[in-house]
Amino acid sequence: MSVAELVAVRRTRALQARAENRALTKLTIGPSPWVRVATLAALVVLAALWLLPVVWGAVTSFKHEAEAALPASWWPSMGWTLGAYQQVLSNSDLLIWMWNSLVVAVLVTVLTVLISAMAAFAFSQTLFKGRGLLQWLTIASIMMPGQILIVPLFRQMQALGLVDTFAGIVLPQVVAPVMVFILKRFFDAIPQELLDAARIDGAGSFRLFWTIVLPLSRSILVAVAIFVFIGAWNNFLWPFIVTTDPQFMTLPVGLSTVKNAYGVQYAQNMASAMIAALPLLVVFMLFQRRIVQGVATTGMGGQ
Amino acid sequence: MTVSNAGVTTPPGKALAGPRTPDGRSAARAGTTPRSLRERDRSGYLFVAPFAIATGLFLVWPTISGLWMSFTNQSLTGTGSEFIGFDNYAEAFSDPQVWQTLWHTVWFTILSTVPLVVVALIMALLVHTGLPGQWVWRMSFFAPYLLTSAVVSGLSAWLFQPDIGLLDTTLAALGLGPVGWITDENVAMFSIALVTVWWTVGFNFLLYLAALQGIPAQQYEAATIDGAGGWRRLISITLPQLRTITGVIVVLQLLASLKVFDQIYLLTKGGPNGSTRPILEYVYDIGFTNYRLGYASAISYVFFALILVFTLVRLMPARKEA
Repeated sequence: MSVAELVAVRRTRALQARAENRALTKLTIGPSPWVRVATLAALVVLAALWLLPVVWGAVTSFKHEAEAALPASWWPSMGWTLGAYQQVLSNSDLLIWMWNSLVVAVLVTVLTVLISAMAAFAFSQTLFKGRGLLQWLTIASIMMPGQILIVPLFRQMQALGLVDTFAGIVLPQVVAPVMVFILKRFFDAIPQELLDAARIDGAGSFRLFWTIVLPLSRSILVAVAIFVFIGAWNNFLWPFIVTTDPQFMTLPVGLSTVKNAYGVQYAQNMASAMIAALPLLVVFMLFQRRIVQGVATTGMGGQ
Repeated sequence: MTVSNAGVTTPPGKALAGPRTPDGRSAARAGTTPRSLRERDRSGYLFVAPFAIATGLFLVWPTISGLWMSFTNQSLTGTGSEFIGFDNYAEAFSDPQVWQTLWHTVWFTILSTVPLVVVALIMALLVHTGLPGQWVWRMSFFAPYLLTSAVVSGLSAWLFQPDIGLLDTTLAALGLGPVGWITDENVAMFSIALVTVWWTVGFNFLLYLAALQGIPAQQYEAATIDGAGGWRRLISITLPQLRTITGVIVVLQLLASLKVFDQIYLLTKGGPNGSTRPILEYVYDIGFTNYRLGYASAISYVFFALILVFTLVRLMPARKEA
């Protein structure tokens, strides 16, 4: 497709969406202009309130440290500066923690999606002795909140020598029985004729899994992956328990120690908060549609 | 060949007829129709093995060892791990701190769940009207959810800062006195609930938005033709259609709120004067500050009993469907 065609398609799509939105507005709140203005006003106020803390943090992060400690003002009299960012990036382990978070989140995501999809395939498309029991155990383990296991799990990590290691942070996070059920539900809905045909052609389970089931489930796999990634990137409690060495801390854990160390360096605190917030916000802007869909499909835990 | 025989047992045409819907029913069908083809397949063990091993190691085993630990006086320093029967549980039930932190947890859950559902619903209803700027609204409401707890508490501690914080400065400009947002025992939990609503409401908002988009437009059209106004359509069509999803969101939210730890620990460390400490922080304090692993495990299991009640409620609709 040429660029011109693509642009044309996009434009018609945008026009369609606009027409649909207009129709929707009429249907849900009626055609009265006053109601529409009131609705818009409510949205603007809510959105402004919701953006306020982040915007205020950003404003502070560009102030001089001396001015940040003065009573709040939106426009600094000493002018704007990148000083806080320079300080934070050169003095703290921020970049190391960010890298650790990325490694941990990617490992958790890849491992979780892989083993959950495999288990879901086993439950959905194969028969083996003990399948019913295992499925029942998986449902039961959904009920086990990881938070109450921190004490024995830490003990176990000590015994295995995994405290202050990536393996220690990652491995306990890859057990996601809910995801297995979300995926199983999706795999169940794949037309059985397709799989039977492939089996008759001599395809084994591994080929079935890689060449039919996974490609057909791309949307749900992406949804699950996004969900797991956000959770792993932001996870605080477990990495906080299992790491004591700053070299192995993830971003959330590391940040919580910086705050104590720097005490009252407000501009620097906000600069590190902004740096920490940036990656996921950029990812969200790039993949907004996918993420919104992902939350909608996986957020309810398969209900 | 048995394989082709098995293929014949599926009546040709019938298997292809009728679209499969992604609900529990197709699962039941998938379980019966091609059984003979799947029966020969033992590879299931290999596929389920990695997940089963990981679950066994990092979920089942700690569950069992934690339960065992709760009947011992094990310490983080490694000394003593004798079986002491129900001593830890007896201590937990008579420990005022357990009851206090349990109450803080429940109080936080009540304070946060109501606005987290109501505000999410209002946001979704407003956005679903289809007014321009969909991208902006979704972004603003959901973005805080993407922030990690350390960033959230950093930003809110800065807003709550006495004297020079934005909130106190703004109040002072309006001639109102300073509020001890996270320093006043009577206010701190409300502030934490406020932060939590700001932080996580976007998630429920998206769930509601998806549900709203699932309501067939014809219903609205029919109602409009019958002369129903905007309010009437909201009350007679939209809200009743959201009953099921509201139930799901409430239960999910209760479960999430009960497990509160991050934002309280990072914002107030459970203070001022222990007035916001949730039960999970008490478990952490007992286990990792006082080194009493046995007792910490026992408290964990008392807490687990509470959570289990809510989880069973959550699983019930799923069971009905299956």
